[in-house]
Amino acid sequence: MTPRRHLLAVSDLGADDIAEILRVSDAFVEVGQRAIPKVPALRGRTVVTLFAEQSTRTRLSFETAAKRLSADVLSFGLETSSVKKGESLRDTVETVAALGVDAFVVRHTAAGAPAAVARWVDASVVNAGDGWHEHPTQALLDCYTIRQVLAERAGEPLEKVGTESFVGLRVAVVGDVRHSRVARSLIWATAALGANVTLVAPGSLLPPSLEGWPVVGVTHDFDAVLDDVDICYLLRLQSERGTGAYLPSVREYAASYGLNARRAARLAEGALVMHPGPMNRGVEIADEVAGLPQSVVLRQVANGVAVRMAVLFMLLGSGGAGDLGVSVPAAGG
Amino acid sequence: MISACRSLPPVADAAGRTRPASGRREKQLVIRGGTVVDATGARRADVIVSGDTVREVCEGAPVPAGATELDAGGCLVAPGLVDLHAHLREPGDEEAETVATAARAAALGGFTAVVAMPNTDPPVDCAAVALEVLGLASGAVCRVAVAGTITLGRAGERLAPMGELASLGVRLFTDDGAGVQDAGVMRRALEYARGLGVTLGQHCEDGALAAGGHMHEGAWSSRLGVPGMPAEAEEVMVGRDIALCRLTGGRVHFLHLSTARSAALVAAAKAEGLAVTAEVTPHHLSLTDAALCGYDPTFKVNPPLRTDADVLALRSACARGVVDAVATDHAPHPSEAKDAPLDTAPPGMLGLQSAFAVTMAALAGGPNGASVSSAGNGGDVPPMEMRAVLGLLSWQPARIAGFARDQGGDQGGPIEPGAPANLCVIDPAAAWTLDAERIASRSRNSPWLGRRLVGQVRHTVFRGEAVVVDAEAQR
Amino acid sequence: MAERERRLAPPRGGVFVPRVQVLSAQDVQRALTRIAHEIVERNRGLDDIVLVGLQTGGVPLAYRIARVLEEVEGTTVPVGLLDVAFYRDDIGIRPVLPEAVTDIPGDLAGNLVVLVDDVLFTGRTVRAALNALADYGRARAVQLAVMVDRGHRELPIRPDYVGKNMPTRIDEQVDVSLEGVVLGDVVAR
Repeated sequence: MTPRRHLLAVSDLGADDIAEILRVSDAFVEVGQRAIPKVPALRGRTVVTLFAEQSTRTRLSFETAAKRLSADVLSFGLETSSVKKGESLRDTVETVAALGVDAFVVRHTAAGAPAAVARWVDASVVNAGDGWHEHPTQALLDCYTIRQVLAERAGEPLEKVGTESFVGLRVAVVGDVRHSRVARSLIWATAALGANVTLVAPGSLLPPSLEGWPVVGVTHDFDAVLDDVDICYLLRLQSERGTGAYLPSVREYAASYGLNARRAARLAEGALVMHPGPMNRGVEIADEVAGLPQSVVLRQVANGVAVRMAVLFMLLGSGGAGDLGVSVPAAGG
Repeated sequence: MISACRSLPPVADAAGRTRPASGRREKQLVIRGGTVVDATGARRADVIVSGDTVREVCEGAPVPAGATELDAGGCLVAPGLVDLHAHLREPGDEEAETVATAARAAALGGFTAVVAMPNTDPPVDCAAVALEVLGLASGAVCRVAVAGTITLGRAGERLAPMGELASLGVRLFTDDGAGVQDAGVMRRALEYARGLGVTLGQHCEDGALAAGGHMHEGAWSSRLGVPGMPAEAEEVMVGRDIALCRLTGGRVHFLHLSTARSAALVAAAKAEGLAVTAEVTPHHLSLTDAALCGYDPTFKVNPPLRTDADVLALRSACARGVVDAVATDHAPHPSEAKDAPLDTAPPGMLGLQSAFAVTMAALAGGPNGASVSSAGNGGDVPPMEMRAVLGLLSWQPARIAGFARDQGGDQGGPIEPGAPANLCVIDPAAAWTLDAERIASRSRNSPWLGRRLVGQVRHTVFRGEAVVVDAEAQR
Repeated sequence: MAERERRLAPPRGGVFVPRVQVLSAQDVQRALTRIAHEIVERNRGLDDIVLVGLQTGGVPLAYRIARVLEEVEGTTVPVGLLDVAFYRDDIGIRPVLPEAVTDIPGDLAGNLVVLVDDVLFTGRTVRAALNALADYGRARAVQLAVMVDRGHRELPIRPDYVGKNMPTRIDEQVDVSLEGVVLGDVVAR
């Protein structure tokens, strides 16, 4: 049984692991600011993105990250490939792996699919989003953004700042927590760093059980928490949820849970407004709010490449120093 | 103490002629040194089998010349086990299993009779398919009976020709794989079945509540981000069918109960005197939803593995007689199908070869109970006696299936001179490993694959033939 | 202990056990002063000169040299910081992580870069540094200043300015700081 290194879930990481990833991301932010934003660190390595769900933004972000590390990048769209013709996922993955792959970046509709891939191959596996389960790099880049903005506000140089700013930070996660992998990852990441997380959602969009979740509160009343929020994290409402099955209508959702101008005005001046994107303007967030200085949505996107570079470098490049996440036993008989 | 030996007088045929003592020699077996256990009790005795019948049951009986001896030292000699619920996959999915391979697995598990579930392709909703399966079963190393579907195509709308199937000997009908969703249809089916004297088995799962689920809905499914099936999806149908049983006077057998409340509902129905019976699988007596923490589809099954509290409640229900039988729900799947992300992997696990060991550990106490998951041997549930455990695996399911001797069948004992020789010899202390090579099924999807189990079937005798000797199938 | 010294350290590093103090703090200061003068002399002034200190050992030395140059020539020489983690040739073979910031002032095109490091050993770190510098523009020239040259080169790299030439055994370790230079060994934790 050979231990391998993967990033499958933030819930596998401790506070120190997260802090180290953020620290290494600093170096890659600097790389991104150069005229030629590229380093030879992963030259000769091959990174394959294996996406079973449409997602241009995340896939491009990972591909850019790998290319900036000088790795070779291959993209495999599972919806258009032989998997659609009936080849099993395992056969597809093993065929691709035979080309000589160092890392798979896997996005899939099924929770646990990246874990399954990790059982089948020798390569490292990065979870780019599996069903409702987790989207670890999203949470990491969100944490990076929070740390970055709070350090700027305090006038501190980023390299001197660890994750102290998270302790006691009041985070509100608003929206469809039930179906959101971004929410799960963010809750685990911020709570691990010491934040106090509150969930804000209608009853039908909360998970069936919150047993074991590191949250300090749950409420259906968004207005009640607005005064006590440092980070207002808005989740995307997927359109199919608002068609009568989980919610009567998108309009009713926006009225109760949308961050409109009135609600935004009540937020403390230092509060941050965040969204994993893409935004449904007028639903989770009003058009005019999206452009406010408190909204750091564009920063989140910019930091995404640096954080993903850090993750890839730590999994493939550090020969053991950056030991992330869980060891998965080799596929047995 | 030597118990009185009873021997049989020479056998007389229909015309009153008796077989000459030195006539054509029948195959003779001696099962020596074991403890005979059946519904009447337990006693040290050797068993002599001649042809397909038990001749003598007593200590130190004289051994007929040329008889094969089966060593039963330290073992229990019981009526062959009877499985009310196994998926043999033939016709339609022979890649996963065939009647022949499943029968061999059954024999290795100590079973001398198995009821084949009808969700084959095509399903057993007509005489032709029933006859096909029965044909495949002739010559198999255990008795294979067939269950029919309740509705045509298992679509839940129109009744299947239960009368025609009953005339072929089918006693149990179920749409297993799914439950009959429409209460009106189920009511009519129960009324019709009552007229035929057959039993309807229900896979209790409300389609709307369970839709999209791949595991039990609870703390684990929420953590893992997997859509779940709440316990209530099973319980609403258990409750509904109990009410329909009351309304129609029909007989309902609940397949693979998995929740504490389902067991409680059945207990209340029995107390009321309704004709309901219930079975539980070995895996629901020992594994919980925590086993899915690594998203391993080996543990994906329908109904899903539930919580510790459910496992303990089901064990208690077995001890108190609320549950009538342990049935395996043996569900083979080829590895290409099972080795997939959790949402596409089909539900189900093998069960025939591991049934005794896992059930014994769960109910009678032993090392296997907590081997795969966290359900411990709960404080309040005292271990059951071996005889009661064997009852759940042998004579009680035999009765529900209609195979008991007083129903005209040949299963379930008691073991006495004149009884049909369907026996199993089990060493309750033997440790063994369920290696891939040992598995007779075509598939390998068992949570106990490669694990050490305690309690092994040493020999199985089917209609007088030793089909399993020293834990090896003879054919 | 410099990151590159991990090559001979037990897995995940070890503890440096000092044996002999080779240079005192004052010796180090004198050496840096001399190096600063040599830089001016060799380059006939300080036009377009940029000091780049390698993280982490070379950085305090680079700042000290810049201070001497300020005092002596009255010129403020820009000091850049360079962490070569991403250019190393042993990525994937042993633990490699960036230790500190990289901050190069502007474009280096046309500049004369003086790389400053504490110990020159195999030469691989300097090789990585040369590759890294190339990504910031085409320097006019690159010169190398080190406090200690301990020998055992594995690549054709040679220093332009040396504080002290110190032959060592390959399994020894050299620790350099503004407080002095110490020779010792690394033992497992």
